[in-house]
Parts: sequence; structure tokens; C-alpha cells
Amino acid sequence: MFDKQGCCESLEGVPCVHERGRAQDALDQSSVKGFVHSYESMGAVDGPGLRFVVFVQGCPLRCQYCHNPDCREPGGGRELNVAQVMDEIRHHRNFLHHGGVTISGGEPLLQHRFTAALLKACQAEGLHTALDTSGFCTLDHASAALDCSDLVLLDIKNFDPHRYFEVTHVELSTTLHFAEELKRRNKPFWLRYVLVPGLTDNLQAIAELAQYLTDFPSLERIEILPFHKMGEHKWEALGYPYQLKSTLPPDPALVHEVKQIFSKAGRPVFS
Amino acid sequence: MQSSPSFVSGPWQDLIQVRDFIQRNYQPYDGDARFLQGPTDATLRLWHDVLELMKEERQKGILDAETKIPAGLLAHGPAFIRKDLEVVVGLQTDKPFKRAIMPQGGCRTVEQALESYGYTLDPATKETYSRYRKTHNQGVFDVYSKDMRAVRSSGIITGLPDAYGRGRIIGDYRRVALYGVDRLIESKRAAFLKLEDEVMTEKVIRQREEISEQINALKELKSMAAAYGFDISQGAKTAREAVQWLYFAYLGAVKEQDGAAMSLGRVSTFLDIYFERDLADGILTESQAQELIDQFVMKLRMVRFLRTPDYNELFSGDPTWVTEVIGGLSEDGRPLVTKTSFRFLHTLRNLGPAPEPNLTVLWSQKLPDGFKDFCALISAETSAIQYENDDLMRVHYGDDYGIACCVSAMRIGKQMQFFGARANLAKAMLYAINGGRDEKTGEQIGPRTEPFHGEYLSYDDVWERFDRLLDWLAKTYVQALNVIHYMHDKYNYERLEMALHDEEVLRTMACGVAGLSVVADSFSAIRYAKVKPVRNKDGLVIDYLVEGEYPAFGNNDERVDGIAVEVVEHFMAKLRHQKTYRDSVPTQSVLTITSNVVYGKKTGSTPDGRKAGIPFAPGANPMHGRDKQGAISAMASVAKLPYRDSLDGISYTFSVVPSALGHEASEARRNLVDLIDGYTGAGGHHINVNVINREQLLEAMDHPERFPQLTIRVSGYAVNFIKLTRDQQLDVINRTFHSCMQC
Repeated sequence: MFDKQGCCESLEGVPCVHERGRAQDALDQSSVKGFVHSYESMGAVDGPGLRFVVFVQGCPLRCQYCHNPDCREPGGGRELNVAQVMDEIRHHRNFLHHGGVTISGGEPLLQHRFTAALLKACQAEGLHTALDTSGFCTLDHASAALDCSDLVLLDIKNFDPHRYFEVTHVELSTTLHFAEELKRRNKPFWLRYVLVPGLTDNLQAIAELAQYLTDFPSLERIEILPFHKMGEHKWEALGYPYQLKSTLPPDPALVHEVKQIFSKAGRPVFS
Repeated sequence: MQSSPSFVSGPWQDLIQVRDFIQRNYQPYDGDARFLQGPTDATLRLWHDVLELMKEERQKGILDAETKIPAGLLAHGPAFIRKDLEVVVGLQTDKPFKRAIMPQGGCRTVEQALESYGYTLDPATKETYSRYRKTHNQGVFDVYSKDMRAVRSSGIITGLPDAYGRGRIIGDYRRVALYGVDRLIESKRAAFLKLEDEVMTEKVIRQREEISEQINALKELKSMAAAYGFDISQGAKTAREAVQWLYFAYLGAVKEQDGAAMSLGRVSTFLDIYFERDLADGILTESQAQELIDQFVMKLRMVRFLRTPDYNELFSGDPTWVTEVIGGLSEDGRPLVTKTSFRFLHTLRNLGPAPEPNLTVLWSQKLPDGFKDFCALISAETSAIQYENDDLMRVHYGDDYGIACCVSAMRIGKQMQFFGARANLAKAMLYAINGGRDEKTGEQIGPRTEPFHGEYLSYDDVWERFDRLLDWLAKTYVQALNVIHYMHDKYNYERLEMALHDEEVLRTMACGVAGLSVVADSFSAIRYAKVKPVRNKDGLVIDYLVEGEYPAFGNNDERVDGIAVEVVEHFMAKLRHQKTYRDSVPTQSVLTITSNVVYGKKTGSTPDGRKAGIPFAPGANPMHGRDKQGAISAMASVAKLPYRDSLDGISYTFSVVPSALGHEASEARRNLVDLIDGYTGAGGHHINVNVINREQLLEAMDHPERFPQLTIRVSGYAVNFIKLTRDQQLDVINRTFHSCMQC
């Protein structure tokens, strides 16, 4: 099903998820449904503290290095309502005092109503919320989810528009609009950058990105995520062509160099 | 009372009450680790020599063994590593790492162990212990019933302490430091005299004989220390004496007994009282204080026993379970964390990681933050610490309990246990389906019943059969234990360890189970999927086909977690019904140590889809790879298992790659603290924490020489990874390592 009003409007050929509960009250937990790929009960690297991570299904991007290609197709996974997901989260509350809940995917904003309702339900229970996104979404659709996110983990795949397209098969400009919105809202966010040798190690663009980020007061930290191949077997299982077969994880020297460049943004950089 | 007037007085002066002394005198420390000092030059030089000896030992299997003189407090004269460098002295035999022989447990065992390393038992000693002096092992086999022999050889009960020392008795070694030996003898004499006019029933006769034995042991302990030039008849006057006195007491125990677990107890906060006094008096520096602890710990790392190859297969890596508990809270709410709690953990940095002593942090939500943070730091660096839930145990055991072996809590000097290894519940389930026949040999082991004939297993039917089988198993199991412990008391009594107990002690009969997650998953498969038994031509079910999916233990899914809980409660209820030796109180543990591999080998395919021979998960862990939702869900499942029905402990092993704990070291530490807080807050009892990369373990398998101190926690203890058997190394590597799932 294609969502003409949705954020996927501009994405030709990429079906948007059909959200069943939209006609009803979006805040009614049992009526807002979404497609959930899986949970990770011990997320320690997706936002502050220990986090319960909900991976939702569907992503408009086609990143070559994606390690969850099985989250790509909308409508896969399990269809659950917000109340069901909250039930699962509540069972893990004891562990989340300094952490919270992160919605990741896939691209959570592809199911923006479900994501927003889930974030809102978490906040209502006093849980810290984080939204892990590529920022590839119209502001109109992102708005409700942003209202309920204490923190955004914004993944900018590249700062060179051509390379960005090559990596993701979508346009960079949408993500930059999203970043501007974070600035406008003064929304705390962490910038994430996946470092893939031969693909995203274009240092000039990284330097430009670092420069660009100096202008975002609500940016709290930058995280470099070194490429790894843990997802490769999933590509094979899904029958998708994996283009990075011969690519190796980045050399520590390269990680260090990129770290130095990012540190010019004036924020703590982690790798 | 002889001790310094600077101690706060109390009932401890008139009665043997170490706890009272601690409570009145200790100073809680809520600061951080900055006061700690590195190792002294003497410590480093001594440790260097010890490491060289350990290297040689690894190459040879053992460094040396006694072949003639049976072990005892006075069997060997004083011995040293390098006398000029040692601030704490005493070795088990006449040479470092030379293994003693303890034939009163079983002469054949000693002979086999010696032979496996190329030594021969002296013929005269052999003759003595086969012709003139009966052993524990002989006694047991004189009495064992046919069923007891059958369960033992089929492997449905494994690891019974009928051919090795039972261990799991913790002498209150602190008593020697606080009171001196003379005072302890005096107190034992008084107890002996109290029984003077009793009717000489079997019970009273045994008690009087035991007290006499205890007094003899105490006298020998004094002579043993005198040979090293120390008079321990009076209490220790300084910190250095306190450490030495306490170590002598422990050394006496390990000279005389090779119990499976020879745990130390809870000494750090006790010793801290002496350290604080000497530091305040200016007669001890922080560096000297650390040196005493470092060298004490070095000695504890050198404890060795002669074991048979069978034993090593069950409990791999030469473990001695010198378990020392650290931390916890007092009943009045004050943390029992002192600077010496830090000093003990700090030995893992000063001397590098090691499996022994088995450092066990008693975790409470209310421990000081500085201490929690330091624990997390040391865990992340060394993977050598285990954590046990003090908030859970304090209710049952007060605030002066220790841990024997891995997870067995007991009030120090007031409680002991009859160690009972464990029953293989997964195998029991297979027996239930096969009408009491062994799934591997076809032999009739359990009571003959009509085997299951249907096409698909039915939950109610299998449960009912399982229930009946467990009735028989619990009875056979506990009765075998009664035999073992009667004979152990009779022929291999732990006279020194028991001399450091009160006269009246609480005894528990510590049973255990293995294969819990296999059983829970099997029942879940039967209920939520379809399980088709596959029979051989004799009608014996030898395999199972699982059609469909089922919820597996370890995903915080009530449908199957509830089954696991029910199995634990159910078997415990059956154990409670058994008549026990010396009116001991039955308990159980969910713990395997490394025996999960052996249990797996001895167990055919199970209805959860596990194939014959595949290892069980260790302890209470979910089966490998079936905990699909990450570590916290797995912890939440394990935490549901009821401690009140497994008072001997519930073991969970958690392995995580360093990068999955957080991007930055201080965040990773806080996350680890939150994990342990969350797990214990949910009612979890025990957790081993391994922070390690799988790649590093693979490398260590190929190049053991590069990783002499690589330590990893398995169910309830820590081992040198390179000392595990290959099967066990692979098992550790194949277990779930929680890693990051960045998306």
C-alpha cells in the first residue's frame, strides 16, 4: 500500500507501511498498531544508560552496509499494538533507571504514528525516550514523534550528497531538513556516523560535516560506529546482493583520524 | 581477654562471637578506590617466582606429588617460596605446589590420581589404607543399594562426593586470629564437659568423639604454626599477625582436607578492623596493608589438590573454590564495605586476574556507589568476580554468612552442608517417557512403567510420568547422600574445620539439579509446538522431532518461565519429604559448574530439539542461542526462579563483549552496575560477569602460552581459560555472548 500523504511520498517504489489505527484515536494504545521486527532488552550503546530497544520494521533507505536488512521491508515482523509493546517494556523496568527506551529499526519514522504513540506511552510512564533515525522523513510526519523524544540519535550516512545517494539510494537534503528541525526545537541529539572504508571514509566530507555541526547547540555528542560485518549473513539469507563482501572493518588509525576530524565540532566524540 | 583495649568491648569477649566483634568495631568505607596502592617490590618478586612455578606446573600437569605420607596438619614441616620476601608464610606440603595425598577419602582414588600423572603410591601406604584403615569410599560402597549404584553409573545422578572430599564446609578461620587457639580449646572442653552426664546414646557418643577430634586438631594447629616460629595460642595483636593467624587456620584445613570446595568465608571486613587500628597507630602503611593482602591472596592462589581425571572432567581447571565474600550490608543497614574490601578486589590488578580466591561480591542495592563502581571496573578488566544478592540472602542468613563453593550461603561457624552434587532432570524426563529405561543403553534404571506409546507427546501425560519418576529419583538421591555423609563423618571427618564451628550447627542436605532450561523448553515444546518421538526398533524413544515454534526459557516469556519455576518448586517439594541423615534440612541448587558439558554428553536427545550429547546450558542459564531478546530478558527469566525453593543457590552466567556495555568506560561501568542492580532487584540470586571477546578466547585456545592468566567465569567459579578441557573451551565459546545490535 502506498501512502500518498505519508513521508514516503517522494520515495518512488518504496511502499509505506499501512497503519491500521490511524482513523481512531492515535493515543489509544490498543488501537495503534505497528510492525515490530524484534526487541533488544540490553541496549547499552543506543542512547544513555541501559535501554530497551524496539526495532521496528521498514526502512526507505537502502544502505549498502545495513546490518539489519531484515528490517527493511514494511509489513514484515509482528504486528503489535502499543499496549503489547508497553507490556514487554514494563517487564524490564527494573533495569532502565538510568536508561530508557530507544525506538530503532528499520526507520521508526516510517511508522511515525506508531512510533509517536509508543514514545508517548513511554514518557507517560517516566521512561527516557530516544529515537534512532536517519532523519529521512517529512517534518510533518516527524513532528509528533519528536514531541515525545527526549533524545534523538541522528544517523547521517554521509555529507557529500552524491555519496549519500550512493550509500542510501535516497537524498541527503531530507535528513538535513530534519537536522535543522532539531536545531529549531533545541532538541538534544547525538550524531552517529557509520565509518565504512572505501565508502564513507571521504575525509573532506567528514570535515565539512564536522564544521556544519558546530552550528547545532543541542548536539550533545558524536558517535563513530565502525563498520562490521555481523549483518552479512542476513543479506545472504534474504538473497540480497551484498556489495561489501571484501570490505574490512576500519583500521584503528582511520577511526582515530576520523575522531580527530569530528572533534572539531566541539563535542565529545566516541567510537 | 588478651586483645588490645582499643577494641570496643562486648559479648564477643566472653563468648565465641566473631560477628559481635565485627559489628562493634568495623568502620564502613564509602569512598572510592583512590587510596589503593600498587604491589610492593617484594610482592612482585615473589609473584614472579610463583608465576614461573605455575608455568612449569601447567606444562607438566602437576609440579610434584607426595607418594607416601598421608596429608595432615603435621605431615610436612615448614616450607617457603622465598622466605626473605614472604610476609605471610605457610605451604600445604614441603614444597610449593607439591600435592598432598589424602587416602582416608579413598585409597584407590589417590592411586589413580597419582598414576594419571606418572607417580606410584608407596606400597606401605597403600597397604595401610587397603588392609588396616578403612576409607570413606569403601564405607560408601559397602552400603550402596542397587538403585544407588544404577543412578550413579547411568549418570542421572552425577558428581556424588563418594570418591572425593565433600567440602563446602567453611571453618570460621577468623576465630583463631581473634581468640587464639587456647581459648578455642577451652571452649571446646567446656562443650565436652557439658555432655559428661548424658545418657550415652549414639548421638552423644558421636558428639563427644567429634569434640575430642576437634581439640586434637586445634592442638596440632598450634604445633604447625610453632614450626613456622609463631605462637598462635593467643589472639593476634597486629594486622600482620591477624592475617597470619587466619591463614594458618585456613592452611590447616587445606593440609588436612581436599574437599571439593575449601572456601575461606568472610574475612576482609574482619581483618580491616586490625588494619584500621594499626594504620591509626602508625605502625602500618597503606602499602604494607596491601602487601599483606596481596601475599595472603597469593597463598590462596597456590592451594592445590590431587584430583583424578574423572574429577577434572567434571570440575575442570583445578578449582579449589577458595570463596571469599566481600561487601553486603549489616542487619542494621550499614554497608559491610571497608577499605579491605577494596584491597581484596585490588589484588586482581596488583597480581593480575586469577580464578582463585573465588571473589564473591555480596551485592545490595544499598552498597556505596564508590564500591559498586570499583566492582564494575574490576569485573570489566578481569572477568574474575561473581555477584550474589545480599538483599535476598540476608533475610535467610543474617549478616555474617559466607558462600561455600559457588552459591551456597551459610552462617559462618554456625552452619554446614552435606554437599550433594546434582540430579540430571533432563535425563529424568527421558526416563519418564521411556518407562524408566535409559535412553542411551536401554537398561532399566528407574522403576518399570508403561512407556509412552502415542504419536505426539502430550503435556499432561509427560508431566504425570515425570512427576512419578521424580518421586523415585528424589528418594534414591537423598538416600545415597545419607550413606555418603554418614561414611564421610565416620571415616573422613573435617575435625579442624568443625573445630572452628559452634558445637550445635545447622546442617543442610544440599541437593541440586542440572538441565533446568532443557526441561522447561522441552515441556514448552510439548505444549506450544508438536513433539513427535522417534523410536528405535526396540521401541525406545531415541530422538524427538519438533514441529512448529515454542517459547524458550530466557526471553522473559511467562508461558515457559512458569514451567521452569514449577519444576524447581516441584522437585524441592519432593526433596523436603525425604528422611535425611543427622536431620539435615534439604535444599537444592540450580548449578552445574562445568559439569553441564558432561551432563550433556550423558543425555540423549530431548523434546526441546536438543540433540544427544550437546551440552546443557550452565546452571540456570537459558540454552545457548535461545535467549533471542538480549541479556536483560534472559536475566528477568532467571530471576523468576524462586530462591526459597533453591536456598542452595541459582547460578547464572552472563557474558558480554566489552563494546556492548557502552561507548565509554565510565558509562560501561554504570551500565554494568545497573544490570546487577536490576537483576538483583528482580530477585536474581547469582550472576557471573564475563566481559570478554569471543575472538580472544579463540586465540587463547590456539596460543595458551600467551594467556596464562586469562580468567573466565563459568557457573559459580572462575577458571584459567587455558586449563579447561577442549570440550569445555568450545562450550564457553559457543555460549551466548551478548553483543551490540546497532542499527
